[in-house]
Amino acid sequence: MALPAGTKDRGWAVKCTSRTRRKLIDRTMKAAAGVAVLIGIGVLAWVLSVVFVRGASALSWSFFTKLPAPPGAPGGGLGNAMLGTLLISAGATLLGVPAGIMAGVYLAEYGAGTRFGGFVNFMVNVMMGIPSIIAGLFIYALLVVSVGHFSGYAGAMALAFLMMPVVARTTADMMALVPDQLRESALALGAPRWRVIVQIVFRAARAGLLTGVLLAVARVSGETAPLLFTALNSPYWPRSLAGPTANLTVTIFNDAMSPYANWQRAAWGASLVITLGVLTISLLTRFILRRRA
Amino acid sequence: MSTIRASVHGAPASAGPMPKAAHTGAISVRHLNFYYGSHQVLFDNTLEIPGRSVTAIIGPSGCGKSTHIRVYNRIYEMYRGQRCTGEIFLDGENILGSSVDLIELRRRIGMIFQAPAPFPMSVFDNVAYGLRLHYQLPRSELVDRVEDALKGAALWDEVEAKLHHPGTALSGGQQQRLCIARALAVEPEVLLMDEPTSAVDPVGTAKIEELVQRLKERLTVVIVTHNMQQAARISDRTAFFFEGRIVETGETTALFTNPSKKQTEAYITGRFG
Repeated sequence: MALPAGTKDRGWAVKCTSRTRRKLIDRTMKAAAGVAVLIGIGVLAWVLSVVFVRGASALSWSFFTKLPAPPGAPGGGLGNAMLGTLLISAGATLLGVPAGIMAGVYLAEYGAGTRFGGFVNFMVNVMMGIPSIIAGLFIYALLVVSVGHFSGYAGAMALAFLMMPVVARTTADMMALVPDQLRESALALGAPRWRVIVQIVFRAARAGLLTGVLLAVARVSGETAPLLFTALNSPYWPRSLAGPTANLTVTIFNDAMSPYANWQRAAWGASLVITLGVLTISLLTRFILRRRA
Repeated sequence: MSTIRASVHGAPASAGPMPKAAHTGAISVRHLNFYYGSHQVLFDNTLEIPGRSVTAIIGPSGCGKSTHIRVYNRIYEMYRGQRCTGEIFLDGENILGSSVDLIELRRRIGMIFQAPAPFPMSVFDNVAYGLRLHYQLPRSELVDRVEDALKGAALWDEVEAKLHHPGTALSGGQQQRLCIARALAVEPEVLLMDEPTSAVDPVGTAKIEELVQRLKERLTVVIVTHNMQQAARISDRTAFFFEGRIVETGETTALFTNPSKKQTEAYITGRFG
């Protein structure tokens, strides 16, 4: 290859060193990424294995059906806390999901591109970032102080407050993925706007919407802080949500801090139960999404 | 072409439901202007479209062809900031008037889009969607009307055995004919087609063109196309659009063989566009 006068033929040398260097950087980055993955997975496996091993020893039939035993007494269970968590989560879902879906519909269909829509969008993002303990304190001030006592309803409200922005965000995002052409086709047939949304857009986005709801449920069912100030806890079966209501997460908090060995064991058992519950919901969402694809 | 056409075994032309006798589906556009926000894209469009005929709208990309027909069923109103002035008469009634029932208007004026968009439901439910919107029919009649519409769209033989399969599982050309069947089911007087074959393979295109020929016996077809051969093959009249204005309108054969305007001649001879 003819080179212009005055230039040294450094081309190959430069390329060779840069190739060695590139390979070195490549290997280093690969190794660093691998180590990071191992740390992540390792910690997860550690947490899960400890929860499984120590939790499994606490599980028995009576663990699911009985009330907590007094310190030191054998037997007993956390049936009341499991039922309470189910009731509070169901209440939160009932309150938070419709509100969240409506807000998401507004964001995706009616408010898109408007000033107010942009404002709502911003508020939803802000709400998603609110620490859960703040949600608990907010409902405490609103529903516990005014009523004069803790209640499961207040707990459900606090969790619904956390669910709403998550559901609104996923609903809006999933509906935005539905092509406008589908909306136009339905409108062009003479369908009113609400029918287009309910019958066409919801249907087209249904897997995504369901996933958003399930993830929101999974997220709040493991929350402790919002329940500390609202549902509190109770050693009795929940008869209604009108008074302090037993629940798993606050029970874990209390029992794990207690000096009694049998309560500590119960906390491990409760941890396993709630971990399995959340894991099941996550797997369910993955299954739904995969079936759609 | 003849072999392809011969394979279009479909229903006889009269298989579909007939439009009401009083309506011929004639359209008269007067001084239509259209704006995206403050940006004007259609200028003083005036166009006569006779009933039960095929009118092709041709012109280079971005000249306002699609925008023009999207005013006929007022679908543009879905978007903020789009507005128009002028008048469009359908069988003597100004459809841009504020008292017009949009739902009934869109039953009378169907629309087919560039890319087929079957609803996420079965073939049957796709076609039944409009019927369920506008009428309360007993099941047996619903079934009959869906069959009629599918035959009218020359799709029945291909989907008879998979009526309850998802509409999205059909081929591109079949999906487009499914959309046509869906639009035909509610017995429109006018069918607007916005480049209906641009996403369809040649065989599917031939079937749709064949179909358009039969459809004009019972309704008015307005078809936007960037394909001049297609316009020449299937239309009775042609309107040539350029930069938002209607440059020339006339009988298709006359417009293609003896255009009166220089711009039309330049476009159809392929000098631009």
